[in-house]
Amino acid sequence: MPVGRDEVAAWLKALSRVYADNKVWLTELDAAIGDADHGINLDRGFLALAAELDKNTAADIRSLLQTAAMSLIRHVGGAAGPLYGTFFLRAASACAGKQRLEAADVVALFEAGLQGIVERGRAVPGEKTMVDALAPAIEAMRRSLAASGGLGEILDVGAQAAEAGMKATIPLEARKGRASYLGPRSIGHQDPGATSAWLLVKTAAECWG
Amino acid sequence: MKKLINDPDQAVRESLVGLALAHPEILRVCFEPIYVVRVDAPRPGKVGLVSGGGSGHEPMHAGFVGRGMLDAACPGQVFTSPTPDQIEAATRAVDGGAGVLHIVKNYTGDILNFEMAAELCQAQGIAVRAAVINDDVAVEDSLYTAGRRGVGATVIAERLCGAAAERGWDLDRLEALCRRVNAGARSMGMALTPCTVPAAGKPNFELGPDEIELGIGIHGEPGRERTRWRPAREIVARMAEAILTDLPFERGDRVIAMVNGMGGTPLMELYLVYGELQPLLAARGIAVARRLVGNYITSLEMAGCSITLVRADEEMFSLWDDPVVTPGLRWGA
Repeated sequence: MPVGRDEVAAWLKALSRVYADNKVWLTELDAAIGDADHGINLDRGFLALAAELDKNTAADIRSLLQTAAMSLIRHVGGAAGPLYGTFFLRAASACAGKQRLEAADVVALFEAGLQGIVERGRAVPGEKTMVDALAPAIEAMRRSLAASGGLGEILDVGAQAAEAGMKATIPLEARKGRASYLGPRSIGHQDPGATSAWLLVKTAAECWG
Repeated sequence: MKKLINDPDQAVRESLVGLALAHPEILRVCFEPIYVVRVDAPRPGKVGLVSGGGSGHEPMHAGFVGRGMLDAACPGQVFTSPTPDQIEAATRAVDGGAGVLHIVKNYTGDILNFEMAAELCQAQGIAVRAAVINDDVAVEDSLYTAGRRGVGATVIAERLCGAAAERGWDLDRLEALCRRVNAGARSMGMALTPCTVPAAGKPNFELGPDEIELGIGIHGEPGRERTRWRPAREIVARMAEAILTDLPFERGDRVIAMVNGMGGTPLMELYLVYGELQPLLAARGIAVARRLVGNYITSLEMAGCSITLVRADEEMFSLWDDPVVTPGLRWGA
């Protein structure tokens, strides 16, 4: 089943619940290697987004994603605000003019978002960042799409790859962001950004799968 | 958690309400989005100076808004960078047609948010430049980290650039000055206690009763070494050694020195630290020509201090002595 504006809105609203539910966990992960605000900041941003969505019932897919971008850019702060804000800005552009997203369009949405995060944060895989969950997720989605997988399957393998990528950040030494100041002391901790990125993909799989 | 607040989520906003009420002759506060701006902004023909960062470091940055220092400051949530819409609005509010310089501390969040804001401003035809401060010797600068953190040199850079902007320097010259100040500046901090971010409700790290952290960051980031408490003389000597050998400072250098409290340190102890520092520098042939001793770039209620040294020249000393009228620094007026 293709994804329409209602499904996109449902995903964004679900994300605001998911980040509220995981606020403490994400913040604890961040306390171990960062500055203990990742969950707090994301929850604030997605709460603001949920309020915007309630006001903005006529928006199409592109403007819903733009609303998400602007809410996160305005309300999250830290590094996560510009990074996830850029994810949704690029995702919005990728959906321009589309009333419905087919499987290939959904993959394109995530690809564009990831590209935005990579350019904004100048991160490459293996540096213990959100890219470590997103890059393998999108690679897996691409392969599944090429193998003619349906949308549900594509998102499932994407979520699984994101989870594996998230867990694979545990033995990594951080090379970006505040965690990089810890050097080897960052080893042994799961990256909070990779964790919130996994939730982003996982929630899409749950909403659209 | 026991703090003089009403609601952790409102603490930053309510503190800014008080700042505006306390200093109506110097600054005003805008709340949608949040920024603090000089009452007389924009000044036609003068380069605007904007900085910002997480709250919890007061008086930096909002307390340095005023004549001879910043034109505007963008306070984020506690220890969280401000957002691009705040920075963009502040930049527009202080643009007097001569462009705006962003002074940005080197933290990933601050860098990314100021970058996005600069793009938004440039799209509107405002000339914006950014100069990054990264003076903390506790962090190794390498390709494999986010680079050195910006700490005490920010105060010195904001003061000197503020004075130069007041004298009518153009954007190129101001940007170059800011980079020159940063290039000659080195800092190191230490903590006796952790601090508690209101929204988190518990201390951001733990230190045993007789432990100290050398090289602490201004958000409680771990430093170089956790060690047992020792007399102030030894602590100052170790911090000074790390700073002096890094630049390195040399015999004959004249410096601006800052002994800064982390927020919960009695002034008695800060002066004691300065009393150790100046003779130590003198013995190395380094003359302190100007100095600050007090709380300028804090970490909430953390106890501890940081030391900043900036190698300076006559032009910088002259700028330093120009009038400054802000809540946090005030002389000559």
